[in-house]
Amino acid sequence: MKELIMRALDLAQSRGAQYADVRVVNNRTESISVKDGIVEELNSSETEGVGVRVLVNGAWGFASSRNLTNEEIDHITSQAVEIAHASGLVSGEKVDLGPKVTSQGSYQTPLKIDPFSLPLEDKLAVLMKADTEMSKVQGVRTRQANTSLVKEHKQFANTEGAYTEQTIVETGGGIQAMAVGGNEIQVRSYPNAFARQQVTGGWEALLSWDLPGNAQRVASEAVALLTADPCPSNITTSLILGGSQLALQVHESCGHPTELDRVYGSEAAYAGTSFLTTEKLDNFHYGSPVVNLTADSVRPLGLGTFGWDDEGIPAQSSPLVREGLFVGYLMSRETATKLGRYSNGCMRASGWNRIPIIRMVNVSLEPGTWKLDDLIADTEDGIYMDSNRSWSIDDKRYNFQFGTEIGYEIKQGKMGRMLRNCTYTGITPEFWNSCDAICNADHWVMWGTPNCGKGQPGQTAHTGHGAAPARFRNVKIGVLK
Amino acid sequence: MIEEKEARKITDAILQRCKGNPAELTLMYYEASLTRFANNIIHQNVTERDAEVTLRYFIGKQIGTASTNRLDQAGLDELVEHAKSNAKASPEDPNYPGLPEPEAYQCVTAWDQPTADYTPEKRARAVGAVCQMAVEKGLNASGALSNGSSDLVVANTHGVFTYHRTTNADFQTVVMSDDSSGRAQESAWKVDDLAVEALGKDAIETAVRGHNPIKIDPGEYTVVLEHYATDDIVSSLNFYGMGAQALQEGRSWMNDRIGQQLMSIMVSIWDDGLDVRGTPLPFDFEGVPKQRVDIVKQGVVMGPVYDRYSGAKMGKPSTGHATPINFRGFGPLALNLFMAPGDATIEEMIASTKKGLYINRFHYTRLVHPHDCIITGMTRDGVFLIEDGQVTSPVKNLRYTMPYVKALANVEAVGKAAHLLVGEFGGISTSVPALKINGWNFTGSTV
Repeated sequence: MKELIMRALDLAQSRGAQYADVRVVNNRTESISVKDGIVEELNSSETEGVGVRVLVNGAWGFASSRNLTNEEIDHITSQAVEIAHASGLVSGEKVDLGPKVTSQGSYQTPLKIDPFSLPLEDKLAVLMKADTEMSKVQGVRTRQANTSLVKEHKQFANTEGAYTEQTIVETGGGIQAMAVGGNEIQVRSYPNAFARQQVTGGWEALLSWDLPGNAQRVASEAVALLTADPCPSNITTSLILGGSQLALQVHESCGHPTELDRVYGSEAAYAGTSFLTTEKLDNFHYGSPVVNLTADSVRPLGLGTFGWDDEGIPAQSSPLVREGLFVGYLMSRETATKLGRYSNGCMRASGWNRIPIIRMVNVSLEPGTWKLDDLIADTEDGIYMDSNRSWSIDDKRYNFQFGTEIGYEIKQGKMGRMLRNCTYTGITPEFWNSCDAICNADHWVMWGTPNCGKGQPGQTAHTGHGAAPARFRNVKIGVLK
Repeated sequence: MIEEKEARKITDAILQRCKGNPAELTLMYYEASLTRFANNIIHQNVTERDAEVTLRYFIGKQIGTASTNRLDQAGLDELVEHAKSNAKASPEDPNYPGLPEPEAYQCVTAWDQPTADYTPEKRARAVGAVCQMAVEKGLNASGALSNGSSDLVVANTHGVFTYHRTTNADFQTVVMSDDSSGRAQESAWKVDDLAVEALGKDAIETAVRGHNPIKIDPGEYTVVLEHYATDDIVSSLNFYGMGAQALQEGRSWMNDRIGQQLMSIMVSIWDDGLDVRGTPLPFDFEGVPKQRVDIVKQGVVMGPVYDRYSGAKMGKPSTGHATPINFRGFGPLALNLFMAPGDATIEEMIASTKKGLYINRFHYTRLVHPHDCIITGMTRDGVFLIEDGQVTSPVKNLRYTMPYVKALANVEAVGKAAHLLVGEFGGISTSVPALKINGWNFTGSTV
């Protein structure tokens, strides 16, 4: 395969490219889904191919194909050069990638049990057992249990001398129960919203979640939600978010606005831009002093954990917010150079047929000092919410509205009645500046978001978000009506 | 790309590997190119060539699936082995109705050679013209122009063999100033049907009119919606309830409402895979011919679309709306939606509005609650205050939380012209008009 890759790089240079990189990717997935005791899906998928990205006269071109032959490599490399020439017809400043990248080496996701090596029957048995446990609860309309496994082998090389090879393994899955009564439809999921927690690692992760052991609780909560009191409407109170919901809050209101390509307008036509414009760097109180946010691609289990990004930049950790102050972006080589910084390795492509674009790696809220019980006891009046049901945010990442599967009233420092149809809304910097307490490392979990959409043509990224429950003051609650 | 004769050879070679076991496959070849621009320059410019075969293998009612884009002998051998192993491991599905038998389907033309052959240079020159217009107005244009072609084959061991070749094209642009933006989009299966420059002018005009927006209080307003916003309403109602599986699971806005007058008499929505004004596809991913299905007729809920699985559960025949094998868990979906146009122009809708908002599009819309299909989202790329029948001022973006069922019950006027838009998920198309709706519920505003 290396020969094929070098052939593309040589040809690109001989056709006038001042820079080129090549990725050969083989991606295997296995999905099992059980619904109401019946196997709804048992699927194995494989896709492989090569993508060639070239820079000609300071403008980009990219071509890709599933055929890994010399003839096809020559064809797509020539196509990429032709496309770059076309880009040059409507171009501005020439692209500057900054310092050369010459990374070498190999990386493999650490794991104990390779999920692809296990018999299908073993994996199915876990899901069936969870389904059976959910079925013991009266009043559940639909039960669902699933697992989703990924093994991706990727080779990367560029004309600057980089050559890396890595194998990333992901294990995901979860359960969900839905209850229906009258006009009410309620769901509960575990371990994560939409019945899908996902991590880099092996089958041991899924076993640690104990889906069967949590199944009856999840089903019972779905049924109980049908008759729970509705979330109060249009009140302002203290809000404690559970880790799973907070992970998505971090993703949407911290991760996306710190993507430097959004700031520079590259995503304006689709996902939008960002309120975190460059004059705010090192100069803007994004959150309260307890808020520390980090981008990393090295923490165990994170869906953004790897050896190198898709420009060959080594995995690393970099601050985004320190003690509330906005200090860093998610960057590519091109955008970092424009800002006068170095890339922190956030260029990721969803497959061989897509260009790398700036994506979240693991964007995490660092743990604080509180025990959850103490935090609740310290809250006179408020609402606890967890597990996302609905998420929406504006194109600059200011105004958001989230709904959660479940909530609980907090009165005089105690968790009280269950609440259904919980929603809250806010403006990103106001919200994060109202954060006054974050739970400690004992409560901190690396959550997975395997469905982050961005780019045209569309790409789906898998991102990690570490979070522990946290409290926010004066939040507007209940906007369903 | 692959000709029908060659496709038959490949499908035969795969089905023969199943050695007498029932099996069903989809085979797709496609090429897709896209030129993306931002800040008035091309910054991303890509092309891809791929193929994929997906196989469902049956041992009685045990079902296993596998897919690959490796179409060499070894790749096909592995495909069949994976699907067979998955079937062996899977318990029986007692509800599986079996494979469909061959049925005649109506071929429909959706192929345009100039679209398949459209070059990167042509795309660059087309978007360059829009960028130039934006530069001349001191504005910032971004967007994408794409073209592609695909061949779809569905075949099974009962003799089904269906083949459809199609092209597609799409242009969309957002034009921004420091405090305003405008957007326009059009989809077609003939690239020459895209009025790229005119769309660019529309977006520029909206951005120019949007300078110095005012902040208004949230609350209930009459809204005049461009067809981009209507597309969001129809698409959301599709995702959250037009398929039979959603009804069976009790999570559709249609539940317990079939036959009822739920929406305005001016609202009619149907699905038609054979209408060349949409993006035609004459059969579904089980090889079943597509039928035209009335979903809402003059405000009355008529019923959902079916695939064979959901249909068998409810004693109904398939309407030809099975989704791709890998997405079968979603259940059947309408892929070629139409909403009946009315007799009003946008200008007439505005002129007849005492106080309201004229809205170009919605952004980041998500389901808050399935009953009534309650959706929250933001306005984007053009919101204007209407007072006494006149547009008086641009307005800062607003958040709404609105039951889309109620929205279509509150329709007061329907636009004369329907426009085709193809969504990013699964190539689902809608052909929809502008709407005037009373009582739209805005719940917040942004910075």
